[in-house]
Amino acid sequence: MNWESLVPLIVILIIIFGVGIWAGGYLKASTNFAQDYFLGGRSLGGFVLAMTMTATYGSASSFIGGPGTAYNEGLGWVLLAMSQVATGYFVLMVLGKKFAVITRKYKALTMVDFLKERYQSKWVVIFSAVSIIVFLFSAMAAQWIGGARLIESLMGINYTSALFIFAVAVLIYVTVGGFRAVALTDAIQGSIMFGGTLILLIAVIIAGGGVPAIIADLSAENPNLITPYGSEGQLTPAYVSSFWILVGVGVVALPQIAVRAMSYKNSQSMHRAIIIGTIVVGFIMLNMHLIGVFARPILPGIEVGDKVMPLIALEVMPNWLAGIVLAAPMAAIMSTVDSLLLLVSSTIVKDVYLNYVKPDASQQTIKRISIGITALLGVIIFLMALNPPDLIIWLNLFAFGGLEAAFIWPIVLGLYWEKGNKYGALASMIAGVGLYILSDTFFPQPFGIHSVVMPVVISFFVYVVVSLLTQKQVAKLHV
Amino acid sequence: MKKQDVKIANREAWIGLGLVVFNFVWWFAFAYGLGNKQPDQYTYILGLPAWFFYSCVLGFIVMAILVTIVVKKFFVAISFDEEKDAE
Repeated sequence: MNWESLVPLIVILIIIFGVGIWAGGYLKASTNFAQDYFLGGRSLGGFVLAMTMTATYGSASSFIGGPGTAYNEGLGWVLLAMSQVATGYFVLMVLGKKFAVITRKYKALTMVDFLKERYQSKWVVIFSAVSIIVFLFSAMAAQWIGGARLIESLMGINYTSALFIFAVAVLIYVTVGGFRAVALTDAIQGSIMFGGTLILLIAVIIAGGGVPAIIADLSAENPNLITPYGSEGQLTPAYVSSFWILVGVGVVALPQIAVRAMSYKNSQSMHRAIIIGTIVVGFIMLNMHLIGVFARPILPGIEVGDKVMPLIALEVMPNWLAGIVLAAPMAAIMSTVDSLLLLVSSTIVKDVYLNYVKPDASQQTIKRISIGITALLGVIIFLMALNPPDLIIWLNLFAFGGLEAAFIWPIVLGLYWEKGNKYGALASMIAGVGLYILSDTFFPQPFGIHSVVMPVVISFFVYVVVSLLTQKQVAKLHV
Repeated sequence: MKKQDVKIANREAWIGLGLVVFNFVWWFAFAYGLGNKQPDQYTYILGLPAWFFYSCVLGFIVMAILVTIVVKKFFVAISFDEEKDAE
């Protein structure tokens, strides 16, 4: 066991833990438990908002590869990753003020609340809730496995114990603290990611003998590594560009991101968050992926991509510093897990239980159910992550694309196009998810682009056409 | 929402879309415009291939500055809490 790097890591985890518990304190005096627990009382300032968004989607990049893929593909993968700079400003600008005002008016606490009020349709609510639970649940299980693997390799303990430590840590602060705990710990985790990637990048450049030397080494090994086309030349412009939909603009439709766009205090917080968010996202993405590429000449022959970050950190830095910096990937995983956990539990409590099971539940009951469901979900995921079933892994592969295909038009057009109605929304959701699953299974790269693009384009037309065709039905209903 | 606020919100959403389009064009043009030759003919800036420097490094800096200017100059603060009888 490597105590010198383990101690700083544990200290950081304890700080995060403490903040989470401390944030739980305000819940005791809460008069509107659901709003405070699931949305932090809509009180986030600019810095915390920017960091919680960054930390939440910053780790989404680990789904499409991250530094490990960059290690294998070269600069072309960094180019692809930079499509995520757009998320820093795009989500908040597009959902922006309209989403904030309207969700307050609707008293919406979740994305599904918004869809429910906007479309007044039971089926839209049910379909949304099911998509969120299925897709995010699987996405979460995968993150838990990642978190456990990291602890496993750092502490040299077995997988089950590592998973247990990870699960207990996350569960306690999320269950006790709710959204504010998640947002505040995200702010710390985001800052660690920001500082950690910078320190590590500098250390890697020094270890490699400077940027020109590293690039020369890469080019000598395989000239493709320094082109935009990937190590085998397989990254075509069309394919790389299509990631602008998956990890750039499509992120608007991810429930864990959209819910953050209803949590800010006022216009000023939002303005600050846009600026801070753009800088922080771009900076982390650029550094993290460059580290992966630059690690190649220093530590050739790493076969498991996930190990690139820990191995390179231990190689180029003193152990204690490596411990602090390695808190960054740990933070990335934890900050995704905590948000997803809260989101799935809010979907069950708010969107299903309070809508259809017991609309008149008392504050006390809501409190007990919220905490209970969050804890229960954690336990179930823990059990699944012990020995993950194939279905979970399969679903996880297209969790993000599936959610984007389902929600992008019902949210965006629901906000900005008055003629959009529930028939259009439902048809577009079904078409989006259905086509995405079909395309991903049978035509993984139609016309050389990512399989999320066609469903997103087609579900736009489905939404518009069906909404226009059903104008009369909706008009009748309102009379 | 008040009419004035709707106008502001819609305009800011269009600005967001405009920025993404600009960002994409910058990113794409430099990456594939300069990167589309044999690697031994590349030129370098700060040790990085020119296509990468302009597209990813400078592109990010330009976007950060642009977003800051746009938000400071063109974004208008509105109140999120409407009065209940304002509908």
